[in-house]
Amino acid sequence: MRIICPFCGERELGEFTYLGDAKPQRPAADAGEDAVYDYVYLRDNIAGVISEYWYHGGGCRAWLKVTRNTLTHEISAVEPAAGAGAAKVGA
Amino acid sequence: MMRGDQANRLNNGGLIDRTAPLSFRFDGKNFLGFKGDTLASALVANGIKLVGRSFKYHRPRGILTAGSEEPNALVELRSGARREPNTKATTAELYEGLEAASQNRWPSLNFDVMSVNQLFAPIFVAGFYYKTFMWPAKFWEAIYEPAIRRAAGLGRAAGVSDPDHYDKAWAHCDVVIAGSGPAGLAAALAAGRSGARVILCEEDFVLGGRLLADGGTIDGLPAAEWIAGAVAELTAMPDVRIMRRTTLFGVYDGGTYGAIERVNDHLPVPPEHQVRQRLWRIVAKRCVVAAGAIERPIVFAGNDTPGVMMASAMRSYINRYAATPARRIALFTNNEDGWRTAETAIAAGLQVAAVIDARPDVSPAHRSLASKGGFPVLHGSVSAVDRGKAGVRKISVALTGGARAEVEADGLAVSGGWNPAVGLTSYHRGRPKWRDDIAAFVPDGAPPGMVAAGAANGAFGLGACLREGFEAGAAAARDAGRGGNIGSMPVADDEAFSLTPLWHVAGNGKAFVDQQHDVTASDVELAQREGFQSVEHLKRYTTLGMATDQGKTSNVAGLAIMAAVTGKSIPETGTTIYRPPYVPVAIGAFAGHHRDENFHATRLTPSHHWAAEQGAVFVDTGLWKRAQWYPRAGEKDWLESVTREVKAVRSGVGFCDVSTLGKIDVHGPDAGAFLDRVYINAFSSLAVGKARYGLMLREDGIVYDDGTTSRLAEDHYFLTTTTAKAGLVMQHLEFCRQVLFPELDVQLTSVSDQWAQFSIAGPKTRDLLKEIVDPAEDLSNEGFPFMGAREVKLRGGLKARLFRISFSGEMAFEISVPARYGEAMARNLMLAGKPFGVTPYGTEALGVMRIEKGHVAGPELNGTTTAGDLGLGKMMSTKKDFIGRVMAGREALTVPNRQVVVGIKPTDKARRLRSGAHIIPKGETPGPENDQGYVTSVCFSPVLDQWIGLGLVERGRERIGEIVRAHDPLRGEDYDVEFCNSVFYDPDGGRQRG
Repeated sequence: MRIICPFCGERELGEFTYLGDAKPQRPAADAGEDAVYDYVYLRDNIAGVISEYWYHGGGCRAWLKVTRNTLTHEISAVEPAAGAGAAKVGA
Repeated sequence: MMRGDQANRLNNGGLIDRTAPLSFRFDGKNFLGFKGDTLASALVANGIKLVGRSFKYHRPRGILTAGSEEPNALVELRSGARREPNTKATTAELYEGLEAASQNRWPSLNFDVMSVNQLFAPIFVAGFYYKTFMWPAKFWEAIYEPAIRRAAGLGRAAGVSDPDHYDKAWAHCDVVIAGSGPAGLAAALAAGRSGARVILCEEDFVLGGRLLADGGTIDGLPAAEWIAGAVAELTAMPDVRIMRRTTLFGVYDGGTYGAIERVNDHLPVPPEHQVRQRLWRIVAKRCVVAAGAIERPIVFAGNDTPGVMMASAMRSYINRYAATPARRIALFTNNEDGWRTAETAIAAGLQVAAVIDARPDVSPAHRSLASKGGFPVLHGSVSAVDRGKAGVRKISVALTGGARAEVEADGLAVSGGWNPAVGLTSYHRGRPKWRDDIAAFVPDGAPPGMVAAGAANGAFGLGACLREGFEAGAAAARDAGRGGNIGSMPVADDEAFSLTPLWHVAGNGKAFVDQQHDVTASDVELAQREGFQSVEHLKRYTTLGMATDQGKTSNVAGLAIMAAVTGKSIPETGTTIYRPPYVPVAIGAFAGHHRDENFHATRLTPSHHWAAEQGAVFVDTGLWKRAQWYPRAGEKDWLESVTREVKAVRSGVGFCDVSTLGKIDVHGPDAGAFLDRVYINAFSSLAVGKARYGLMLREDGIVYDDGTTSRLAEDHYFLTTTTAKAGLVMQHLEFCRQVLFPELDVQLTSVSDQWAQFSIAGPKTRDLLKEIVDPAEDLSNEGFPFMGAREVKLRGGLKARLFRISFSGEMAFEISVPARYGEAMARNLMLAGKPFGVTPYGTEALGVMRIEKGHVAGPELNGTTTAGDLGLGKMMSTKKDFIGRVMAGREALTVPNRQVVVGIKPTDKARRLRSGAHIIPKGETPGPENDQGYVTSVCFSPVLDQWIGLGLVERGRERIGEIVRAHDPLRGEDYDVEFCNSVFYDPDGGRQRG
């Protein structure tokens, strides 16, 4: 598998570390225990297109948001994950 | 004729070098072959038909094929540490001095005791593992399994370390091509001419594929001449790389392909400094699979008799190797292509005994061939094979219409049609589709970027192979952005291909589907009767196709028989999932150079070489080698050395290389705010010039890591992590910085490798430091108080970072110098410290002193403990949000009966405490219901003159003074221990502040 890092170009899988689903957003400080519980533990098991976090530890150390099809492993987009998991103001 | 005379070698022809004879040994006997032979062809030339015994029944077996699909002719190649079991004689290239031995026979190939297994054949049927030896249960391990293991099996592993090297390499190209037959060469020509970067992989040591055996005319030239021209043209292209002895065995995501190059398998021993094999990962924009097709057997009684051979293999031996597998050959075919073997036999001056053709009719050309050659054409099927000492002797034929005939022959060529090699195209769970006209599965799509061409795509004619290959090569190059002139396409005629499917001839006697795993047609039928009808069940129940050949000659026949007994069509029955590798790949090749001391990278501390000079004993901690203790002459064991080091620190001064800690510079106006969010305690409030111990949680509330962080400037913190978590904490902090808190203006820089860091500890620390640090620096308690941290100048002008932190509980500093000065610093500390009796200490003494001080470390930060469990709950700020705050407040993580850190010491002072011992209340029975925790860390405390430890125990802190049992079933120990304060030494901390 190969990932096109937006900073480094196309690189081999071994340079990256997988984290998981990039959908959950860290709840605001006052969001309460249930919201944090969901954030920490609950994940969808998606057969199809998912956006997920990958860390380019063997390269630029950027956290990336990779859009990947779990059925075909096809990667359709890679972008910097900057701010992707940040708490929404007022959430 | 005598053995070694190559009695079955033709006088002329073949791609062998008759000027280069090679001697070799098979089962201890000497033979001769020629350069260009495989072991199999050399055995054929020497008249050897019996080459092994079968897996379960120990039946005599010969050579069935001439390629990597071979199920029978497996040998142990080489000897001693280089012995390779289950090596296919059909692909092993002959070299001078080759040694091979047949497998699975005892005491000898001709007389094999275990062939009595045939008498017990009824118990070795499909699923025999699951149903025969089930009772009585205890007999299984004691009797049945060892007996079966001895009787069934293949070759023996060398049993010692492989003396050879293996390599791993990457390659990048536009087009990778698997196979160099007509389709592969045509694809390479088209792609190469267009300017594409091409890699052509051929598993054989000669390019040409089936052309080498079957010849033909291409562009008006004999095949051999055309091949030579094509190879010369490709060789002259700078961006075409031809890789012989290289099998493309797998396809992975993103256009990554696996290939195994047998760099030096054709030599007795690899030349010095060269590898035996190289594992390639090839990244290609496009891939053309021109891997050809595999001729398939017809299943009939006695089809495993030595002398029964695939028709195409027989042509290979005769035409390519000038070796005759038999003198009087019978041919059993259901298709036009098989007849080529009769033509080849006649051309080579061999007798054709008969052609048994299962089709209703035979072409006029072949009829006249038969009458010219003086052999009968029998319409029907082979129903039995009579075996003499030398293999095939007489063949029984069931004629169409019911009559019987017998044919005397010493070789039987079989052709059941051709199966395209659909492996590579199907490795991403692709399912090949059935084509009725050729009665075979062909690729139905392929992984992105891949296309099959030629016989691998079901195009069996030579003209079609060239056309498909050339077009696929041109298209692949075009897709890869190369548009050069591809020139003209090589042209050849297409042969007619007619076939009447025939899979299995009913008859008496064992008819083998999978010869390597001894699976018979009746095993397949039995599996169906017992309900294992799905092909995946069939495979696992009978082990059909699960041997080292992965069923290349047997899978389709197996499912065809299953289709017949279930009354379904073959496409309805379907195929099993195809998985790489296409051929067996040695684990050594996957490991490459990553074995033994190179299994992983080794990290050396800056003072490593100095420590080695001192005779330090090193311990592996992750990738690091750390000095564990420094033994001195006369010390009887590690404990004596470690105790001395601890006493020296506590009474004088010692130093320890702590460079392995993770070190991160945190810069930016929001650095403090950032640290507030990742640590449970506050860092924005930390004064410049001060250090603070920090604890990080995971988002689920469990402790992640700890360490001291110092504020060197308003916008600059220096953070340390544990050795184990250095990389992970960096990754975690980058996640927090980039993904969670992008609004903070902060930067992280890993400086773990940039700084050499030493802990200097003991009451004489200041005396020693004064010799190192510039006299202008104030190291007094007022000028450099406990938890102070700042840059200092050393004598000589070098800038260093100095931290007044203590892990040992003594008056202590940690000093950081640029890593390149680390070794000099160690030497300097020894020199300057001499008057004070300075003592280097290792990780063991470090651990003793941290346990004496009750500091938690790896055994307590074990991924299950909370800050509260560690006695650090009060550090959790209530004034800010931080990672893990909310989840740490969950009921289960805050209940009072959690297991918490407590001090533990045996009531008998002479008793040794062991970590891992379980804590059981007095008077209770040891067991999970009474288990209240366990001992996590232990040491012999020189200060207390007894073994002490830390443990995680239910309500431990509330139970100081209570006596409980330390129960250690692993070591058979059970003794009383007392709970005590976890800070055994200097509990009020006066020494470190002094």
